[in-house]
Amino acid sequence: MSFTTPDNLRYSKSHEWVRVEGDEVVIGITDYAQDALGDVVYIELPQAGTSLTAGATFGVVESVKASSDLYAPVGGEIVAVNAALEADQSAINGEPYAGGWMLRIKADGSEDDLMDAAAYAAFVDSIAH
Amino acid sequence: MLLRTPLYEKHLAYGARMVEFGGWEMPVQYSSLLDEHHAVRQSAGLFDISHMGRFVVSGPDAEAFLQHIATCDVSAIAVGQSNYGLLCRPDGGIVDDIFIYHLPNEFLVVVNASNRAKDWAWFHEHASGFTIQLDDRSDQWAMLALQGPAAETLLNQTEDVQADDLAYLPFHGVALCRLFGVEALIARTGYTGEDGFELFFAAEHAPALWDALLTIGVPGSVKPCGLGARDSLRFEPCLALYGHEISDTINPYEARLGWVVKLDKGDFVGRERLSAIKATGPARRLTGFEMVGKGIARGDYAVQSIEGDPIGHVTTGMPAPTLGKMLGMALVPTALSKEGSEFDIIVRDKPVRARAIKMPFYKARYKK
Repeated sequence: MSFTTPDNLRYSKSHEWVRVEGDEVVIGITDYAQDALGDVVYIELPQAGTSLTAGATFGVVESVKASSDLYAPVGGEIVAVNAALEADQSAINGEPYAGGWMLRIKADGSEDDLMDAAAYAAFVDSIAH
Repeated sequence: MLLRTPLYEKHLAYGARMVEFGGWEMPVQYSSLLDEHHAVRQSAGLFDISHMGRFVVSGPDAEAFLQHIATCDVSAIAVGQSNYGLLCRPDGGIVDDIFIYHLPNEFLVVVNASNRAKDWAWFHEHASGFTIQLDDRSDQWAMLALQGPAAETLLNQTEDVQADDLAYLPFHGVALCRLFGVEALIARTGYTGEDGFELFFAAEHAPALWDALLTIGVPGSVKPCGLGARDSLRFEPCLALYGHEISDTINPYEARLGWVVKLDKGDFVGRERLSAIKATGPARRLTGFEMVGKGIARGDYAVQSIEGDPIGHVTTGMPAPTLGKMLGMALVPTALSKEGSEFDIIVRDKPVRARAIKMPFYKARYKK
């Protein structure tokens, strides 16, 4: 099984992705994470304006069989939340890197210690086999 | 090393995600748990359940022996019929839940995969004084479940089922049949709350029969289903899962399985204690509940009273796919097991309100 890992993103070991857009970053969960979880049927996200610490949990995403905490890959203040996911979570499975985005953060730190696509793909490969 | 069924390679070929379950490496899902769940509610799904234990009890005392260890009335199971039963400990705890099929001259007993060794030992410990023979056919036979409202129609389309014969197989009936050239026992039993069949046949035929059953009807009529859907499908009609709603430390009255205990059938292992429990009523009891607050209850989550006292735990909880609700079952003090009672489920360290509701959540649609 192979999973998509777009080159323009950076990745955490807890399977979140980060897309840098100026001084803001967009966060979601990876293709590998959505596949491992199965059909997502429930999500809890924080409110815009909340401050996040890198590495802390910021929400939860659940499928019929499993529940998985979401970890902030970078810290900062949340400037936007993908509210559409509250009613319909299908984008998390269907397009995890696009419509499945979760938070937009004004980052207060660097994302340099996250993995690039090649490193993350190798990481996924090492845990999947 | 995890055990594998004769269909292990097939599961990989069909794209299953494999997980550990009761010491076995089993498919949890193929495409999507939800698609598999809905396929069984609406049409048909095929499950490999070869991991379950299959013991054959024969000999002149076979019925008396089973009557001695099971809580149900084995003498009431006619040849060609089957029934649900429990093995109970002398203290009332449940060793396992089982299905007993009465075949000509012998009984087939299906037990949980995770309890195979424990049950086998239990059978032997209680066999003294009975002239019986015990055979473990678990490895020689494969076991498949074809479940869903379309199962009968689809099976009747196969060339050698002797077509309409299945219409005459009653609920819990069991018969010998020929399916795609393979001799098989077919029973109108299952674990999904839908009409459906369970098949027993020589393990060597498993890969061929698996493929054949997935091609009946139009493409996609029968969907391969994993343990994920098996769990959500049994959860909605509130069928017990060993290790969750029932265990060595949970008795049948706590688990609302008093209807499986026939105290007036004569003596059996556990009867004395079970009579006493029934007389006083259990202190705790299984209840169904719906989340009132936001959150999903999961197995083993703590339950506390509105006042904040610990009162029990969740046995199973999940979003129920057919009902679209966040539901669960929990063991709580009997007074709080009544419909309408409220308590809190501790979801990620926070109390979330839940309300006791009627069980089952989904009314089984068996062919009667």
